[in-house]
Amino acid sequence: MRKAIAVVLSLGLVRGMLVGMAGAGAGMGVTVLLRAALGLSAWNPGPVVAIGTITGVLAYLAGLGAFSYWIRWALVAEPSKEGERHRYGWTRYLCVDINHKVIGIQYMATSILVIMVAGALALIFRIELSTPGRTIMGPGLYNRFMSLHGISMVAATLIGVSGLMNYLLPLMIGARDMAFPRLNALSYWLIPPAVVLLLTSQAAGGFDTGWTAYPPLSIKAPLGMQLMLTAFYLVGLSSILGGINFLTTIFKLRAPGMSFFRMPIFVWATLATALLQIVFTQFIGMVLIMLLLERLLGLGFFDPAREGNVLLFQHFFWFYSHPAVYIFVLPGLGVISEIVPVFSRKPLFGYKAVAISTLGIAVGGTMVWGHHMFAAGMEPYLRIPIMMTTLLVAVPTGVKIFSWLATMWMGKLKLDTPLLFAMTSIAVFLVGGLTGIPLAIVATDLDLTDTYWVVGHFHHTIFGGFVFPLMAAIYYWFPKVTGKFLNERLGKLHWGIMTVGFFTSYLPYFWLGLNGMRRRVYDYDPGLQPMHLVATVGGFMIGLGFLLLLSNLLVSAWRGARAPANPWHAQTLEWQVTSPPPEDNFPLPPQVVGSPYSYGVPGSVHALMPPGGAGEDGGKEAT
Amino acid sequence: MAVIAHTAHKDKLAIHRLGLWLFIISDSFLFLGLLFSRFYLQGVRRPPEINQPLGLAISIVLILSSLAAYRGETAAAYGDIKRFRRNILLTLGLGALFLVGVGLEWSEAFRSFPPSTGYGTIFFTLTGFHAFHVVTGLLALTVALLPGQRARLQEGNSWGVEAVVKYWHFVDVAWVFIFPTLYLVS
Repeated sequence: MRKAIAVVLSLGLVRGMLVGMAGAGAGMGVTVLLRAALGLSAWNPGPVVAIGTITGVLAYLAGLGAFSYWIRWALVAEPSKEGERHRYGWTRYLCVDINHKVIGIQYMATSILVIMVAGALALIFRIELSTPGRTIMGPGLYNRFMSLHGISMVAATLIGVSGLMNYLLPLMIGARDMAFPRLNALSYWLIPPAVVLLLTSQAAGGFDTGWTAYPPLSIKAPLGMQLMLTAFYLVGLSSILGGINFLTTIFKLRAPGMSFFRMPIFVWATLATALLQIVFTQFIGMVLIMLLLERLLGLGFFDPAREGNVLLFQHFFWFYSHPAVYIFVLPGLGVISEIVPVFSRKPLFGYKAVAISTLGIAVGGTMVWGHHMFAAGMEPYLRIPIMMTTLLVAVPTGVKIFSWLATMWMGKLKLDTPLLFAMTSIAVFLVGGLTGIPLAIVATDLDLTDTYWVVGHFHHTIFGGFVFPLMAAIYYWFPKVTGKFLNERLGKLHWGIMTVGFFTSYLPYFWLGLNGMRRRVYDYDPGLQPMHLVATVGGFMIGLGFLLLLSNLLVSAWRGARAPANPWHAQTLEWQVTSPPPEDNFPLPPQVVGSPYSYGVPGSVHALMPPGGAGEDGGKEAT
Repeated sequence: MAVIAHTAHKDKLAIHRLGLWLFIISDSFLFLGLLFSRFYLQGVRRPPEINQPLGLAISIVLILSSLAAYRGETAAAYGDIKRFRRNILLTLGLGALFLVGVGLEWSEAFRSFPPSTGYGTIFFTLTGFHAFHVVTGLLALTVALLPGQRARLQEGNSWGVEAVVKYWHFVDVAWVFIFPTLYLVS
């Protein structure tokens, strides 16, 4: 018994959560006493909870051990690295571990967990929407569920892309780990308190602002709003620290011979994503704090009565949140570029153009934020320039779509689950892109804005750019991560159900939008009901797909077929090491000698591996 | 090209430097956004009550602290630990003096344009964000004085000092933009 308690307490997560709760309680207690001593009303939930959140998160991080190394570093010249490595088995996933592969899996597991919760919320309010008027819940609860679904999915996506990039980046560039492994661990461990805060926000009245948290609604929303804002601040902080780490790793830790134009496209995508993360996340962090200051201390940023302006919030919000959708989709598009050549056995068409288009999307995407505000009373002179820049983003995106199509053209397509999901991604993303054009054009946007057209467009881009590529990535890299194959038949079933389910669910949104269904609205005209019902059925098919994925993951991790080091005969570096990869990836650095995608070119090779490794032939194509 | 476990000291230093610069670049966008808000909400309006001489005085104090920090960094790079400590302590003192100045400024501002007014919102937020950075800078400078860094200095590794001093300069430069934006523009 005592031993069992000792084991549980040795788990960083448990320790962190316990100490964190104590810290939050202490912070709130001291604040209440101070307020009483200063003659204020002792219990004012806003400030008391705000202080409690700060002390709680700091105490949690300290209890977890996220700061241990740095404290030792401050006190002695050569700090010991005890407790950082040498932990094997499942417990290392619940502790501070500085190996990028462990952190990648931690991110992925958290992301899938949050997706499940937020997806379940979506199914609940899809049931509500299946008939006009009240079906199973009142409008207040509907608003809260819809808002929590939105912001949780945004968080889950940010966490998911961080997971993909964390696991794959060092392996793909031939590095042993990230440039700052401890900072990397800290970036991950900022996430669990954010998830806890998001969920507890529901116990504190929730928030009913949609995921955008526009003032003045978000100023008036209950305490849950504040918890959501702090949760998102933590996710943003994690994202910034992650971005710094990714960029430094790409610039400084590439294997010998890995010039920029020999990097896999996924690495280019990470580069572009990380640039967006470190620049734009600052704006959302700032504006979240402004909201908190206005809520807690009565500052007047967004209050017209005090020379404030709600448009300031919208500008800064979209300054981040538009580039953020590229943070969501660029890694996913990178995944498609990895998978398509391998399963077509052809070189990636137009490699350099695709690499540059990745940066092009990132740079172009920084100048388009105003298209979210065409109807918001934004400065009118910004409308036409922003319409132009928005339409221009279609150019680098088109480069990618045509590259994938040209790569598959006349290829020897091997229709395994990863390629099937990649093909669905391309189709879905294409619909997402095309339906964005009427939203980019001011004249049509003024009619379509805030309708289900927007919701349909957005879900197409995110499913096409993140969710379906994530599925493809899971089927493609699962053998690398675990050394076991996922069940291919179950995978194809999952693919079929999810693809059909997705279109069943989201194509009706365009019809609904054109027929005047406003987004976020609880009730609607009975004439719209048939399409709403279809969308709900489709939503449940997507949910079923997720359950199939989950069962496939669990069953295959337990008793899946053993996977060799390079089951797909891929050339990129991560496939040239054992499955799962060794603890520090590459005992000796590989020597990169050529393109990562010269499939079907006789005798071609991406990298020469030092002798003794698993993939000594370096994925060489047969001559 | 480096691989982490076999990284030579020089490569490690380059990695650390790049990481710090990326952090500073990232953080500067925060101040950019804050400065933008000032012009977006208030244009170039400035209340006549603002204490320009006090603002100038604390600006000078902060710039002097950067000079002291620079001297401390140079001394650390040359391994002159006594001089390094003297200069970093001077930086800490000047930084604290700056905070006292901001406190005076705030107590005056509370009377003439409190945080609930339009200009007060901007003034208190900008100076508050900056003061928070000054506090973190002071903490970081204190860490550079702790035994760990002193022992590393004796081994000829002055990266820790270089990093905190670069951050301190960044905080200083941010003020160089904030001061005219709040006190001089009109």
